[in-house]
Amino acid sequence: MKAVDYAAPRTISEAITLFSEKGDRARALAGGTDVLVQVREGRREPDWLIDLKHIPELNELAFDSKVGLRIGAAVPCSSIYESALSKPYAALIDAASLIGGVQIQNRASLGGNLCNASPAADTVPALIAHEAICIIAGPEGSRETPVEKFCVGPGRTVLGRGEILVSFQLPIPRKHTGTQYVRFIPRNEMDIAVVGVGVSVTLDESRSRCIAARVALGAVAPTPLLVTEAGAALVGGALTDDQINKAAKLAQAAAKPISDMRGDADYRQHLVGVLTKRALSDAIARAKDKEN
Amino acid sequence: MSKKVHVQAKINGADSEFLCEPRQSLLEVLRDELRLTGSKEGCNNGNCGACNVLLDGKLVNSCLVLGVEIQNRSVTTIEGVAGPEGLHPLQQKFLEHAALQCGICTPGFILAAKALLEKNPHPNEHDVRFWLAGNLCRCTGYDKIVRAVLDTAK
Repeated sequence: MKAVDYAAPRTISEAITLFSEKGDRARALAGGTDVLVQVREGRREPDWLIDLKHIPELNELAFDSKVGLRIGAAVPCSSIYESALSKPYAALIDAASLIGGVQIQNRASLGGNLCNASPAADTVPALIAHEAICIIAGPEGSRETPVEKFCVGPGRTVLGRGEILVSFQLPIPRKHTGTQYVRFIPRNEMDIAVVGVGVSVTLDESRSRCIAARVALGAVAPTPLLVTEAGAALVGGALTDDQINKAAKLAQAAAKPISDMRGDADYRQHLVGVLTKRALSDAIARAKDKEN
Repeated sequence: MSKKVHVQAKINGADSEFLCEPRQSLLEVLRDELRLTGSKEGCNNGNCGACNVLLDGKLVNSCLVLGVEIQNRSVTTIEGVAGPEGLHPLQQKFLEHAALQCGICTPGFILAAKALLEKNPHPNEHDVRFWLAGNLCRCTGYDKIVRAVLDTAK
């Protein structure tokens, strides 16, 4: 691996100073499962790796009964699915449990998964389904942006010079909400999504009609997508097969996949329909579960 | 070349210190600086698990950790798995089941299995296969490995 310098700031303001000074020459290090591979293979050539794991706010995992779950950007996947605090966020647990093997899950973070800005990142459609907000800190202060607006292209994000992703804020799911993340890979484990779908469905008091829904797609466009119209097609109805098929068709229409070694564009388009239906059926079952 | 960093850490229970460049992975530090060559380099990108170690008790790929990151932390490598009284039960069972062919993947599998049994002392076959999904055996001797782990857990 090329020579790099290493810094481990202890506070957000130290980190902002470092990133402001170094600009594009610095890259954030959390779990390292993407960035170290990229530097080793020469796909990224930073002069500095800034280890953000020593900043308390990036390691936070806390639930507040008013605002919901806050997850520090550097918290590893295994800490998320092992914590009882994450239980109401089923789609996120689905996604965090299927990234890589245990070795990867013990290091890979949600912040890293998002900032790496791969269209196929597994946790991103799940975070979008959960309406997660990114908390960003920078030289001008802090700002918030919904997860679906964070990536602007493959490998590119809204983060400006000196800015870091601090944490995610996930609102408390409404009563009778079910969420699900499913992906297709050609093997059982340890692969990158050909298509990933994260959904959320909220039912009314009688648990028969849908009052809110979100459908998010991964690996079918330059960035993860929130398909607002697919969610809207489910609202107000009794979630009949017709309605679910319509939502799946709208998701397919929004998908703009490319062909690559993992799958042809046509195949991905087909998978979007299959997986959207599957994710919605599972999420509806979860929403009907007495515990939700 | 960037300046070397002085790192202090507990390696296999003993206080240890070394100098390393920030670009060096924990795997390189273990093998090249500390001469602990039990951890193997397979893919060097986090897919194969041959370099698995425990970092503060958690299973990680040492190729995806920087040496400088282990400041004041504790690392267990394959060299620290056997006790003074002899082989670890997993090592013994790997021998009894002949759960290795070329042996390159074995240290990683033992560390991964150790992490599993510490968390779940009585896994079923599904649990074992799922947990070991991040470890590759290119001789494809998975069945004996799974049986050795299950037998250890009995």
